[in-house]
Amino acid sequence: MMLEVRNLQISYRGHVVANVPTLDLEPGQVLGIAGESGSGKSQTALALMGLTRYANGVVTGSMMLDGRELLSLSARQWRLVRGRDIAMILQSPRAALNPTMKLGALFSRTLRLHGMTKDQRGPRMVQALAEVVLDAEILDRYPHEISGGQAQRFAIALVAALRVKVLIADEPTSALDVTVQAEVIEVLRNLRDRHGTAIIFISHDLSVIGELADTVMVMRDGTVVEQGSADAIFNQPTQEYTRMLLEAIPVIGGRSR
Amino acid sequence: MSDLLTVRGLRLGFGKTEVVHGVDLQVLEGPYGLGVIGESGSGKTTIGRAVLRLHPALAGSITYRGRDVLAMERVELSAYRREVQLVFQDGDGALDPRMSVQSAIAEPLAIHRTVARGERRDRVAALLAEVGLGSDLLARYPHQLSGGERQRVVIARALALEPKLLVLDEPTSALDVTVQERVLQLIERLRENRSLGYILISHNLAVIDRLCESCLVLYQGAVVERGRTRDLLTTPLHPYTRALRAAVPELGVGRPPSTRTLVGGIPQTSSVHQPVGQGCSYADRCPLAADICRSQTPVLREVAGREIACHRAEDSLSL
Repeated sequence: MMLEVRNLQISYRGHVVANVPTLDLEPGQVLGIAGESGSGKSQTALALMGLTRYANGVVTGSMMLDGRELLSLSARQWRLVRGRDIAMILQSPRAALNPTMKLGALFSRTLRLHGMTKDQRGPRMVQALAEVVLDAEILDRYPHEISGGQAQRFAIALVAALRVKVLIADEPTSALDVTVQAEVIEVLRNLRDRHGTAIIFISHDLSVIGELADTVMVMRDGTVVEQGSADAIFNQPTQEYTRMLLEAIPVIGGRSR
Repeated sequence: MSDLLTVRGLRLGFGKTEVVHGVDLQVLEGPYGLGVIGESGSGKTTIGRAVLRLHPALAGSITYRGRDVLAMERVELSAYRREVQLVFQDGDGALDPRMSVQSAIAEPLAIHRTVARGERRDRVAALLAEVGLGSDLLARYPHQLSGGERQRVVIARALALEPKLLVLDEPTSALDVTVQERVLQLIERLRENRSLGYILISHNLAVIDRLCESCLVLYQGAVVERGRTRDLLTTPLHPYTRALRAAVPELGVGRPPSTRTLVGGIPQTSSVHQPVGQGCSYADRCPLAADICRSQTPVLREVAGREIACHRAEDSLSL
């Protein structure tokens, strides 16, 4: 198992906000985490990124990546893991991009910080942009000069260029139009197929998760309600709450006017 | 049925850039919903604002119950704005953080003096109950409410002046699916109880399907297809409507990825306005584009029970 999480507990000042007994991930596998606001899905993501400590949170349990315990890493060691082994894309990709830097400078700097030489960086950038169907001329632009969908594809290009092992995508398409959402999902699918990137796809909308996920975990109030193969969760949910989440999704032709 | 609101040839712009190029729309007396579908930058929000005269019209007409909205002077405009209310997407941004729920809902009552001061408190509590919230929330501030509660407060505030027409701009886009479901049920109930007409702006086709009798699809500031919601969503004809329809995730797994790929592939620049000129604005993304599509701008015409602006509509019918 590439990523093996056991008895993960996240708390702030003694107050437990999320409890994840088991979370396993193989290369090229997509795990969907579904839940409403306050379910603990984003807290789980922050813990996997080693970011909980910056909000004075406490994480206990075990998170093993390729046999290495992540919870015992120092802040300095985490910096080498974060962005390289585990990376994250967010709901508002533009907010994640430094507004004062052109995308080219930002891209190059990220690769340099992760140890790539100047000669390696150029070709890697061009290739990664092609993989997410962006023109290289975008490198000459600032974040505010590109659309939301382009910004999300650019963020995924960074992930592709760094050959990240685990990508955590927290509501990556929730702010996007439906056609742009379809593009981003397509780009994520390509990323997984081409580089074997494992993806943790977090969303409140199970229908979006269904587009990509192999396994699904449903969370509520900080606990895991149900987990299993996507097929089982969608076709034979065992928990009432999962059924409710599925039924809440409006479908075309469901109750038309 | 008579028209509540009629818009003809509406042109809107920012500075010298025209972003809405002659749009017609019609809302019948309620209960009635018109859906406006389009991507970011398609002009849908600007149209909603123009209906309330919050954005100036470059050309065209807006008629509300036989009255010319664009010619209204102060007193008449103020009366119009009582009857037509805007509900924003983001309950957070639409509420003043320093105002309690009580003050937020009472404010329009005080400004328009429709309810005597002594009766306002009861009126506010009744409005809150109507949107399914308890009066225990009256003293709360926006940051003490959940997203769903905030959106209900925004709706209660919009209802305070007994409007006949609502402009709902992405009313559920910021909400979790379960909360969205409850807000959709609320809108369904209100439209029947209050005979509301509304323009529902959304990029969620399933939400439009649920709440709107008819709808129109905007692409770069022009209507590309319009008709009964059921027709447009079950048999979309315009290649853009078809692409939108295909992009909607359907519940369940195991559908081959190929059926979901966006028709026409991934565009390099979505939502960037091209200058209006010759030809169809969708031609660059369109899998059916022919020579005529690049030389002649298609106009709305009737095909298969709806209006569509596409030279190749008949070809879509046989697909």
